[in-house]
Parts: sequence; C-alpha cells; structure tokens
Amino acid sequence: MSEIDTQRRNFLKTSAGAAAVLIAPGFMLFDIAHGKPQGASNKVRWGMLIDTAKCKSGCNDCVTACNRENGLSGGTAATDSQWIRKIELKDISSGREVSLPMMCQHCENPPCVDVCPTNASFKRVDGIVLVDKHRCIGCRYCMMACPYKARSFVHEPLHDQNPDVPRGRGTVESCTLCVHRIDQGGKPACAEACPNNVILFGDLNDADSEIAKKLRSLSSVQIRADLHLNPGVRYQGI
Amino acid sequence: MSYTSPNQSRSPLYNLLLATGLLIVLGSLLAVHEMESQGHIITGMNNQIVWGLPHVFAIFLIVAASGVLNVSSIGSVFNKPAYKARGPLAGLLSIAMLGGGLMVLMLDLGRPDRVIVAATNYNPTSVFAWNVLLYSGMFAAVVVYLWTMMEKRMYPWSKPAGLLVFVWRFVLTTGTGLIFAFLGARQAYGSAILPPMFIILSFAWGLAVFHIVQSSIFAWNGIRQDEYVQKRMRNLMGVFVVSGLYFVVTYHLTNFYFSRQSAFEYFILRDGGIYPQLFWWGYIVIGNLLPLLLIFHPALGKSKSVIGASLAIILGGFAFLYVFIIGGQAFPLDIFHGYAVSSTFGDGEIAAYRPSVYEALLGLGGLGVAFMITAIGIHVLNFVPREIPTKVGHH
Amino acid sequence: MKRLASLLLCLCVAPTWAGEVTGTPKLDIGRGGQCVEDTQWMRKNHMHMLKHQRDEALRKGIRDEKISLKNCIECHASMKDDSVIARADSFCVGCHKYEAVKLDCFECHSGKRKSAWLQQRDAK
Repeated sequence: MSEIDTQRRNFLKTSAGAAAVLIAPGFMLFDIAHGKPQGASNKVRWGMLIDTAKCKSGCNDCVTACNRENGLSGGTAATDSQWIRKIELKDISSGREVSLPMMCQHCENPPCVDVCPTNASFKRVDGIVLVDKHRCIGCRYCMMACPYKARSFVHEPLHDQNPDVPRGRGTVESCTLCVHRIDQGGKPACAEACPNNVILFGDLNDADSEIAKKLRSLSSVQIRADLHLNPGVRYQGI
Repeated sequence: MSYTSPNQSRSPLYNLLLATGLLIVLGSLLAVHEMESQGHIITGMNNQIVWGLPHVFAIFLIVAASGVLNVSSIGSVFNKPAYKARGPLAGLLSIAMLGGGLMVLMLDLGRPDRVIVAATNYNPTSVFAWNVLLYSGMFAAVVVYLWTMMEKRMYPWSKPAGLLVFVWRFVLTTGTGLIFAFLGARQAYGSAILPPMFIILSFAWGLAVFHIVQSSIFAWNGIRQDEYVQKRMRNLMGVFVVSGLYFVVTYHLTNFYFSRQSAFEYFILRDGGIYPQLFWWGYIVIGNLLPLLLIFHPALGKSKSVIGASLAIILGGFAFLYVFIIGGQAFPLDIFHGYAVSSTFGDGEIAAYRPSVYEALLGLGGLGVAFMITAIGIHVLNFVPREIPTKVGHH
Repeated sequence: MKRLASLLLCLCVAPTWAGEVTGTPKLDIGRGGQCVEDTQWMRKNHMHMLKHQRDEALRKGIRDEKISLKNCIECHASMKDDSVIARADSFCVGCHKYEAVKLDCFECHSGKRKSAWLQQRDAK
C-alpha cells in the first residue's frame, strides 16, 4: 500500500465504517433535531396584474431592475438573455399605442413543461414556472414551445453570478418571478422597481389579496388566451 | 456466411474515402469542442433561431434513416424478392443515418455531458423523451432484423422482425413529425398534417439515399443492375416524390385558407428572401420537378439519371428542411394579434440567422459518421445486393 | 499471470509517484467550524446532502437555512478572497483536485460569499 493510498483512505474513513454508509438515517436524525422549513404551498398561486395604462413608453426601469437582481448583462444582442422586455404595441387599425413589460407568464398549463424531455422545466406547486438547471441538457425545445418567447439560452460561459440566482452556459433560463425573493416574503424586483406601480404582484388564490380584488372588479386579459394556458400574469388595458 | 463479399474494398481509393470520412468526423468533433468551451455563441443560432443548421442535418438523416427501410419492408413484409435482396443494405443504411443524425442532435445540446439525465429523468409528456426510446429502440429492432436476414437459421424470423421494424419506423417518423406538430403556438408548426408529411417525405429521401449507395457499390464492384428492378425502384421513387409534394402543397394551401396564417405563408413563399428562394428553387425545382423529369421522361430514366434524380431529391430535402425549420422560426411569433410590435427581443421582426462554420462542420460530421458506418459495414459484412450475378469487367 | 503482475506493479508505482507531487491537500477553510456534522461525516456525505437539498430547495421551495450551498460558502469561503473556488487551495477546489472529482456546481452557482458579492455589485 503506497503512502498516498493510505492517506486517501484515512481522509475518507469514518468511524461508522466505509462499507455500510447509509445516507438516509443521517438525514432523518438531522431533520428531527433541526425541524423542517416550510416549502412552497399549493394553496398559493403567485401572479401579476399589469396595468398597461400606467406603463410609460420608453421607461425601462423594470428591465434594468431585473438585470441587476438576476445578474444579467443587460445586453440586447440576439444571443443575450432577456428575462423581461418592454414591448411597444401599436393597434394596426386604430393607431392606439400601448407599452408593456413581457416576461414568463407562469402558465397553469405551461407548454415548456410539457415538452421538456428531462423534467427540467417544471412548475412549482405555487404556480412559479422554473428551469432546474441541474437537469437541463440545453435542447431548447421549451424555447420552441413557449408562445411568449419568454426564454433565453445561455450562449456563453458565465462568471460571478448572483449567489441567489444560479445561471450557467448551455442551459435555458427565464423569469423566475424572483423566486428567491418570494421565498423570503419579498416581491419580484420588477414590481418593486416600477416607478408607476404598473406591476401588481400577489396571490391569485387569496380572495382578500389586492390582486384578486382587482381581478374581480376590473377587466383584464390573458395574453394568447386562445391557447388555454391560463397564465399567472394578466394585463389591463389591451 | 457461405459466400464472400464481392467488394474490392482493399483498394487505395477505398482507404482514401475512409480517410476523408474520418477527417470529416474529426472536423465535427473539433467544432463540438469549440462549441463546448466557448458556448453556442460561436454558432449562428440565437434566442430567436434556437434550432439551426445542425438540426437540418440531423432531421434529414433521421427521417431518411426511417424511409430507407421501405426497401426492407417491401421485401420482408410484402414479399418482393428483388427488394428482399436489398434488405440488409437498407438496414445498414438506416443504422448509419440514425447514428449520424443522433450524433449531431446530441452534440448540439447545450450540455451534452449531461445527456444521461434524459434517461434518469423521463418526462412522459415530452415527445423528445418518447423519441429517446423510439430512436434507441429503432437501433435494436434494425440490428435484430439484420440478424434475421443475414443468418441462415434466423431466416424464419425475418418476417416478424421486418413487421416490427415496419411498424416501429412509422411510429418513429410520426414522433419526429410530432416534435413540430406539438408546437401549437408557432405559425409554421402545430399541424396534424406534419407527421404523415414527414413519413411520406422519408420514403422519397430514404430511397434516394439508397439509390446512390446502391449505384456506387454496383459501379465499384462492376455489377450491372437488373434493368427491370431498376425501373421498378425508379418509378417507386417517382411516386414517393409526387406524394411528398402533395402533402407539402396541402400543408401550405390549408395554411393560406386561414387568414391568421396567411402572413406566414406570404413570408415563406414570397417575401421571406432566402426562404422562398430555397423553397421554390431548392425544394420545388431541384427537389421535385427535376427528379420527376429525370425519372419519367421517356428518353431518360437510365442509371445515370436515376443517380441525378436521387441527388436532386436529397438536395431538395435539405432545402425543404432549411425552410421548414429555420424559416419557420424566423417568422415572428404572433403574440399580440392586430398590433404592430417592437422590442429589444426581436418581437415583430424577422429573425436573422447566418450559420457558422462550426455548425456546418457538426452537421457534415453526421453525414461523415453515416458514411463511415456504411463503408465499414459493407467492408466487413456482406451487405451487397446479390441477386444479379452478371459481372461486367473487373474494377 | 505475468500480465497481472505488471498490472499490479503499475497500480502500486503510479500512486507512489503521484504522492511525491501532491500529498494531503492544504486547504483554506475560511472561517471554518462545525455547523452540520463532524468533519469526517461531511467529507464523506456533503455531496449527497447538497444533491438532496438542491432538489428540495429548487423544486419544492424548501430552503433550509443551514443545509444550503450558500451557507457552506458563507463559512468556508476564504477570508482573503471570499471564495471557495478562486485559488488552487480554495476550500472546494483544493480537495476536489486532490480527489480528482469534477466540480460542476460552480458553472452555475457563485463561489463567493453573498455579502462580498453584494458589496462588489454595489461598488459598480
């Protein structure tokens, strides 16, 4: 036995013995001692209501806030990631102009989740649609399937990502609804940054929430409602 | 095996061809290495055109891999002896093209190092996941089928094995068509006609590849092809071309009838620059009219014009897929109907795409792999159709 | 038999030769200390723990404050450069190099202490 072999052996040796290490009991003991934190709840459905009447053409504050929060470069080349974008619309027949932010619509029936071969695209029980980058193989089928063009593919190796927002080359990504903020009781960076309070964030399932009340009393639309995807992001004024 | 391969495969030319094939494969691996270390930024693909040239090559190879098995099926399932003799070669070509196509598809992934995840996490609603099973099952089924055709004591099993492959490849090409048929939100796709269209196109493309390989082998070994069989196979190819064209025309005409789709049709057939050019010149003229002329014109239809027709069909197939896959993505998604839209993310704009040398190398590598498998397969086993003993001269 | 003997010889010689170059890794363990389990247990099981935790956190939203990659980094990032991956003797890199195990986490995850990352961003 060489010196280094012995070293490695000692390095990894546990008092329990190397042969029969079972992970599960360790975790169970740990969980009992520690207490399990609460996960996402299926009673909740996170969503947003976007009031396009208040959204200013040319204002890009939501996009800037998103880029800063999630560590995106802010570049707009065809290979750059854009999780949220401002779209300027002009009604072809009447000429009426509207400006609005567009991002992942967090569908109830998301096509990206249906088509993903590895279950990397998934919907959390509280309605947030995410990409599990541990599983994403970068096939880009979800980008083909998304009716809102909400997803971007990371075309280059990345460095110095936000510790709260892991992102990496060769995987697909999109708006996470700032899930890392939501899980701490916060709200998405875009909603927080908007100077005109265009983006109202909340729980669609909670009848007493501001968003649910507004959706009850005002007329709003789902974009591409014809596809019956029931997006969690709703728009007023289009 | 009771007879030896009639191949003159030890010639310097064979070695040269093999070396060229190897060089092409190595070139593609080099390209993949670059794509892996620098990312897809070095390809022409982007967030608007997410599938590019590699997918054109991969889908052509996979579709043709299914179609070429027609030759085997007609032999085993429908009992035509002339086709039976050609069954093994068709099987080999199928494996070769499937291998080449899958290689391209896998190496184009953003994280090919993780492809095993596709086996450990399986999403039953994803047609990509179905295709993982369909493609690997196809390999297995064709290998078994080849065994039953080439090993004497297995002959009785060749019919059931042929039937299995016959059914499997229909399902497989349906799966390939469904990749696009399931894209309900995109104007270019999301149509139930796509799977049958891909099946019919596969017949023509597969037979064209078969003709070229068969003619090369025959010429190489100084075998003259039986004229009757050649005529039958040539006419069959013509019928497949016409049927494929019928489906493509139906697909575009029905689209035209829906006013929500007509803007897309004008784009792809008239205003879209490279895409209508490729459609009319590449697919319609070279891929259909030229081969039909070469096949059915009374003064033509000889061996050389069959090769010409086959080449034209393959070129037309590539043109068709380029228009279908890339043109289909270039047309902007109709997210807000009735509005003119603009954004930093290409909304309302025709997406630009210029394939880079890396993705071209990767695509060619798929052809290279298919060629290598075929060339080596013919070299080591007897895949040469053997019903014609008339040898004219020695190579 | 001869072949087997030479194979065994190779197996013995190669690591000895390597041993002269490497040796037990000297790691910059940052702040260090024990918060989850003892050192030996962690050496052996941290990867299973991280894998278990990543699925819980990402897919179910169960974010354990203690058992999380971010929390590991918080203590084990170097006090000099706030990172677990920046140098050859950084906490994660040093050991993974020694054990010759590919370290895939940090293609996507940040290897920096969050407070340091935030400071750096705000300075920009």
